[in-house]
Parts: sequence; C-alpha cells; structure tokens
Amino acid sequence: MTTLANMQHPVVRIDKLWTVFGKGAAAFSVHQDLDLTVPRGEMLALVGGSGTGKTVLLRQMLGLAQPTRGTVTVLGRPAREMGGAGAASRVGMLFQHGALFSAFNVLENIAFSLKEQGTLPAAVVRDAAMVKLQMVGLKPEHATRMPSDLSGGMIKRVALARALMMDPPLLLLDEPTAGLDPHGSDEFCALVRELQELLGTTMVMVTHDLDTLFALATKVAVLADKKVIITATPAEVAEFDHPFVDQFFRGERGRRAMAPASAPQET
Amino acid sequence: MPNNAPPRLHCTDRPEGPCVQLSGAWGAATLGERKQWRTLSAQLASLPASASLGWDLTALQWLDHVGAQLLWHHWGAAWPQRLAVQEHHRSLLERAAQYSTPAPPTPPWRLADQIDGLGVLVLHGLDHARHLLQLVGQLLLDTLYLLRTPYRVPWRDVSGHLYRMGAMALPITALVGFLIGVVLAYLMSLQLRQFGAEAFIVNILGISLIRELGPMLAAILVAGRSGSAITAQIGVMRVTEELDAMRVMGIALGQRLVWPRAVALAIAMPLIAVWTTLAALAGGMLAADLALGISPAYFYQALPAAVGLPNLWLALAKSTVFGTLIALVACHWGLRVKPNTQSLGEGTTASVVTSITVVIVVDALFAIAFKTVGF
Repeated sequence: MTTLANMQHPVVRIDKLWTVFGKGAAAFSVHQDLDLTVPRGEMLALVGGSGTGKTVLLRQMLGLAQPTRGTVTVLGRPAREMGGAGAASRVGMLFQHGALFSAFNVLENIAFSLKEQGTLPAAVVRDAAMVKLQMVGLKPEHATRMPSDLSGGMIKRVALARALMMDPPLLLLDEPTAGLDPHGSDEFCALVRELQELLGTTMVMVTHDLDTLFALATKVAVLADKKVIITATPAEVAEFDHPFVDQFFRGERGRRAMAPASAPQET
Repeated sequence: MPNNAPPRLHCTDRPEGPCVQLSGAWGAATLGERKQWRTLSAQLASLPASASLGWDLTALQWLDHVGAQLLWHHWGAAWPQRLAVQEHHRSLLERAAQYSTPAPPTPPWRLADQIDGLGVLVLHGLDHARHLLQLVGQLLLDTLYLLRTPYRVPWRDVSGHLYRMGAMALPITALVGFLIGVVLAYLMSLQLRQFGAEAFIVNILGISLIRELGPMLAAILVAGRSGSAITAQIGVMRVTEELDAMRVMGIALGQRLVWPRAVALAIAMPLIAVWTTLAALAGGMLAADLALGISPAYFYQALPAAVGLPNLWLALAKSTVFGTLIALVACHWGLRVKPNTQSLGEGTTASVVTSITVVIVVDALFAIAFKTVGF
C-alpha cells in the first residue's frame, strides 16, 4: 500500500546537496554536502544569514531550480518531477510578495489550480474557493477585488488561500510575515498554526523574523558554513554554540523575542 | 497524506434503509483526474434522489475540502438525515456548510448602463487627448528650461536612446526599405512598359520613395519597434514603483523620461528615414536595371532632375514630427499603465496602434498642407 510507505518516508529529504553558482574561476558554492530531512507534520523553519541559500533551497524543493549535485526528494519523488500536472495537490508555495495573478480577481486567483483541472463543476469550484477565502479570514465581499486593490496583509492571505486550495500535504512559505505589521503578523501566525492543526500540513518556512519563528516552528534548521549545522527545537537551537546562532538568537532582538517563549519553562 | 485510491461509492441496503457507502480518496488530486471524475459523477447522478438516503463515510481513506465541498453540493446544501462520518471528516464538512455562500446574482442588462458605458468611453478618449496635449506642452516647457540650464540636460540618456532606437534600427529598416523598393519598381515597370514610358520610373520611384514611403516606412517600423519598447519600459517602472520613487526624489518625470526619448527620436527619425529611402532607392534601382534595362548610371543622373530639393526638406521635417509624436504617444501610454500585467499588455498594444495611426493622420495633413511644394 502506497499510503503506508508514504507515512514512514519523510516529506522532504535532501542528501549531499551541492549548489554552485557561476562557472570557472567565478564559481562559488552556497551549499556543500547539505543534508536535511523534514518528517511529516513538522513546521520547520530555515534560518541563516543573507546569501546562505535559504530561498534557493525552497526553490530546489519545488523543482524550480536544480541542484548542482546531490538529490532532493519530495513526497518520495525527485523534486524535479514536482512540476507538471497536479503539482498544486502535492505542494503549495507562499511566495514572499504573494505572486498573485494580477489579471484575475481574488476568487479567480484562489480557484485557479482547481479550475485548471477542468473536471469539477464550476459551482463546486467556486464554493470550494469561497471556503478557502473565508478560512484565511477574508470576507465573501472581498472575492471580486483585484490584487492591485489589496493591502499587504490581504495579499498574503489570498496567496495562502491559493496555496492551500488543493489541500497539499506540503506547504512552503518564503518570509510569511515579511511586510506585515506586528498585529497582522500575529494574526497570520495564528492562522497558519490553526490551519496546520486542521490539515496536518507539513510546512517549511524561510524566515528572518524571530517572533514568527517562535510562534510557528516546531523545529529550526540553521544554515551556516554551507550546510545545516543543527536541526532541533527552537529552545535547543538557541542554546547551540555557533557564532551565527549567537548573534541571531542571543542578540538584542533575539532576547526580546525569546522572553515570552522561555517564560513558561522557568515557572 | 493523500493516496490515489480511486473515489468510489456503492449503495447497500441496511436495516434502517438504503445507504450509500463511500470509499477511496475523495481529494482534489483524485477528483481532478478526468477518468475517475467521469466514473464518479455518473455514479453520483445515478443515485436515487431520496432524502431518506443514508450516507456512510466511515470507510473513506482520505477526504479534503474539495471532496467535502463536492458532497455538500450533492446534498443540496443540507445535512442528510442519516450520516456516519469520522470526526475529522465531519469538521471538513462543517466548514463547507458554514462557508458556502450563494453565488451573487449577475446584474441584469439595462440600456442605461450601456449609455453610461459609451459616455465613459468618450470621456476616456477626451482625457487621453488632454493628457497628450499636456505632454506636448510639457515637452516645449522642458526644452525652454533646458536651453537656459544646459548643464541639466540628460545627455547620457539621450545618447543611449539614440543608439538603441536609432543605430539598432538600421538593419531592419534597410532590409524592409530595400525590398519595398524592389517590389514597387517591378510592379510599376509592368505598367510603364505598356505606355513605353520606362524612363519615368525614376520620377515615380523618386517622388514616392523620397517624399512619402521612405519616411512613412521608417516611422511605422520605429513605432512598432521603439514605441512598444518605450511603453513597456515606463510601464514596468510603474509596476515596480520606480516612477513613484523618482517623484518622491523630486525628479521631474517629464525631463528625465519623456524629454530624452522625444529628443532622441526627433533626431534619429529623419536619419532613419533618409537611410530607409536610400535602401529603397537602391532596391528600385536594381529592379529597374533588371526589369527595364535602365542603368544605375542613368538613374543616378536623372534623379536630381526628377525630385526637387524641397521634397527632401519636407521628408526630413515630417520625420522629425513623426519621431516626436511616436515618443510622446509611447510615453503617454507608458505613464498611464496601471500596476498589473493586463494593463501593461493593453498599454503596449494601444501605444503601437495609436502611434501608427497618428503617423498616418499627420502624414495626410502634411500632404494636404504642402501639396504645392516640391513640384
């Protein structure tokens, strides 16, 4: 039974990954022998300094970019086969700036992947999109707005609804809360967590925002020295001894963000 | 984890009444497969439409929002009387029930709306004309301002545009001009031979190419080539908020974006027109030699007598006006682009269509206004 095999396999498995940009003397690598495994149901946060190839890693999981060497396996299949028909039912991607189709209105954006399959009746597709629209906290009257008339927070919500349209088992998020105000990003985190509990989706996110990280992530993978130096719970990672972890978690901002997270443990 | 077990249903008779038993994966991926959907929709349609039908979902392997929506739709947006379902599947169905809303009614056709639409169209047209006029005025004001403050002139921009819109257009205009010259000469030689008036090919080719076709061909090619490029460039700058960034820095868009392009095309256009005319004459000369036996030496000698010098000046003046207008129309549409892809496409199309139309209209005006010049 394929189901059983899928259960035991991790959702994402990256083995001995090399990513090299440029050619000849100008070549530089961002990943060297990178290994990463994401089990089912996990919310993994990828952190790392600028230029450590976090977004590149996401793109490789989606099959949008090919690794120079090594393998990326997603849902038991090579990542380069991720594209193609039915991809939206396997993986959803929340792009940093939403990447909504500007020629479509909100509802058409959300319904797009399901509609393109061309089987289900239009009324079912429309209603399914309306459900997703309201699940992400938008109102039915927003359905006919155009993307250019939406605020940043609403764009993120519509993009999330679009990524979740087919209830994919894997959701990738690139800077999910970038560009949102604190209240908006808190709401967005609560929404993502709620959806994760509801659907059991596996999530991989790239984030620089420590508040988001502590609010959402069950595991944190730190990218430094061209590989993943540690994958552990946020609290364990914060204790890890490495210069990047040091300045990322134990800098001024890190301590501020961690204060509420560590408070329950002290009592 | 979804699996690919085909979604199926079958009717069973239970002690409490007929019951539909669902099995397999009812998810977006499986329902999206044409073959499985065809089987399933036929099965769904063949079910008795009795409200007392029981539904047993306990054996379902996978249900997601799309599957739940499909069931909810089939139930006619109401819960069946007898329903056996796993707890987490029930929450999906409940969400479908909670969030399904009736489709908004389509607005009825009304004559008033159509009249309103026509009025909007006319007002839009007037608005475009006003904006274009504004651009012309702004161009004059900017020119006056830059004449007084020469150190502010964006020379590098102008020379860059001159290269891209002028020098880069030379191969294509030469090719098109040459071929048009060949075609014209061949067609006319057939007619002229009937009257034994072969020598007049020089007059006909000379006047038509130098005065009309050379500048027109060049202008139409440049409108398609550079007009679309200008609109797309400025339009993308609107999409990426670069225009707003410039405005915030207090930089006049007219001076930095419109003026260099208009000036570059005003300079480049007459040069390209002359170049196109020369290529067309070369083509005509070659074809006349081959078809009528009129030697290039004779052609070269007879041309100055056939075409007066004023024709050349007229062509140059016309081309300068064409160039300026093409740049202005393209800038106009570029600045009007709204920040979405559709508007960018529409703007670029409108830009090319408008500038070619404007070129032809202005050419007709020139022809009427200067009908006594050059003969």
